[in-house]
Amino acid sequence: MSRPVRLGLFVVSGCGLATVLVLAFIGLPDFGSAHELYGAVVDYTENGLRHATDVVTALNFDIRAFDTLGEEFILFASVSGVVLLLRQLRGEDEDAGQQKGIQEHAFAGASDGLRLASLVLIPVIMAFGAYLVFHGQLTPGGGFQGGIVLAAGPVAILIAGRYLAMKAVAPKRLVESADAIGAAAYALIGLGGLIFVGVYLKNPMPLGTPGHLLSAGMMPLNSVAVGLEVAGAFLVTWSEFLDQTLINSPGGGAGE
Amino acid sequence: MTVLQIIGLVFVAVGGGAVVFVSEPLRQTIVLGFYGIALTFVFFTFQAPDVALSEIVVTGIGLPLIILAALRKIRQHEELRRQREGKE
Amino acid sequence: MSFLPYGVAAWLFVIGLWGVVSSRNLVRTVLCLTIVQSSTYLLLLGIGYRTGATAPIVADVPATSKLVDPVVQVLVLTDVVIEATVTALLLALVVQAHKRFGSVDPADLRQLQD
Repeated sequence: MSRPVRLGLFVVSGCGLATVLVLAFIGLPDFGSAHELYGAVVDYTENGLRHATDVVTALNFDIRAFDTLGEEFILFASVSGVVLLLRQLRGEDEDAGQQKGIQEHAFAGASDGLRLASLVLIPVIMAFGAYLVFHGQLTPGGGFQGGIVLAAGPVAILIAGRYLAMKAVAPKRLVESADAIGAAAYALIGLGGLIFVGVYLKNPMPLGTPGHLLSAGMMPLNSVAVGLEVAGAFLVTWSEFLDQTLINSPGGGAGE
Repeated sequence: MTVLQIIGLVFVAVGGGAVVFVSEPLRQTIVLGFYGIALTFVFFTFQAPDVALSEIVVTGIGLPLIILAALRKIRQHEELRRQREGKE
Repeated sequence: MSFLPYGVAAWLFVIGLWGVVSSRNLVRTVLCLTIVQSSTYLLLLGIGYRTGATAPIVADVPATSKLVDPVVQVLVLTDVVIEATVTALLLALVVQAHKRFGSVDPADLRQLQD
């Protein structure tokens, strides 16, 4: 099927799809009415039941913790897919004789100002990421957001111009272990619920007072596990892409 | 519907169209960054701070880095292929 | 005017699909797919909104005041992070396809049948 025919067919069916979508959305409840009963019940009772002030994180890591388990393993599976695809790629290239040592890389375009700004920002980034992860149950935050901010730390080291320094701070084994440990820790915390309380992923720990850092039972632990996993996943993915680039380059890949 | 929500939704609609109609992936990445900021603003006006935080972190840090690394790798393979064909 | 969030979601969905169908570069296809995904976020959050309500954080607001629906926010929250990782997986597939076929044009991928 040639390209103009394909595009014409899409325009026709796209108009049909748009019409159907608009008709379907007109049948939804009005914007602003929010018919859900479950959400209203959770809003009202959550502070008494779980002593967490952030209702969304409480839903994520305690009340609907089973869904988060599934989503965490979606992350893990897609990172495994990326690693599988790209490591096979690198193996083929090395057989073809393209192997060069990892040279001391610096971005040639990185000015001193960029390096200074990155170096100043790195502790701020790591501290902010840790803050987001630990305060998930009190303010907007949690494992998912904090994990990606934590992963941005080693990336800033790379932007500051030192690939080998980034490899020293975030070596491959450490990052992969962090990913795996985060994923496993979440599942094992649920086992703790099974052992002590009798239901998998039910909260076994004391609840504490709302508003304090160590409150809301197992929520901080779950948040840390997910934060580790997301940070590890992102760094593994990114360094898989980047390793290829820097090893296979004939004369200095990032430094142009 | 507050005024801020209407403004944010208009920006999101225009930004979405802009991302699709830019032709080069490298430029699309930058437009995607702006689209992410507009989307974060809309999420914020919908009273969803957790989602806004997640969206700005992912679209500002996660996606552009991965896209740029992938584009770099594709260009690397192109150069290798051209070198190999040049040798033969 | 209260139809605007749903209208923008429908517009993003269709325009993202147009980008996927009509692109000549596989990386562009993947990026237009993220537009389609973000239309679902908008739809979900639009469903959960309650007029005159505030964010579902009860640190400084009593729990009996009007709050927006938190369940849809949970769905969108994890979805945003997973979208980035799935995009990475798709880009790894694109890189592998480029290595095999020498180009990122979807029309050139038919060489497999030769």
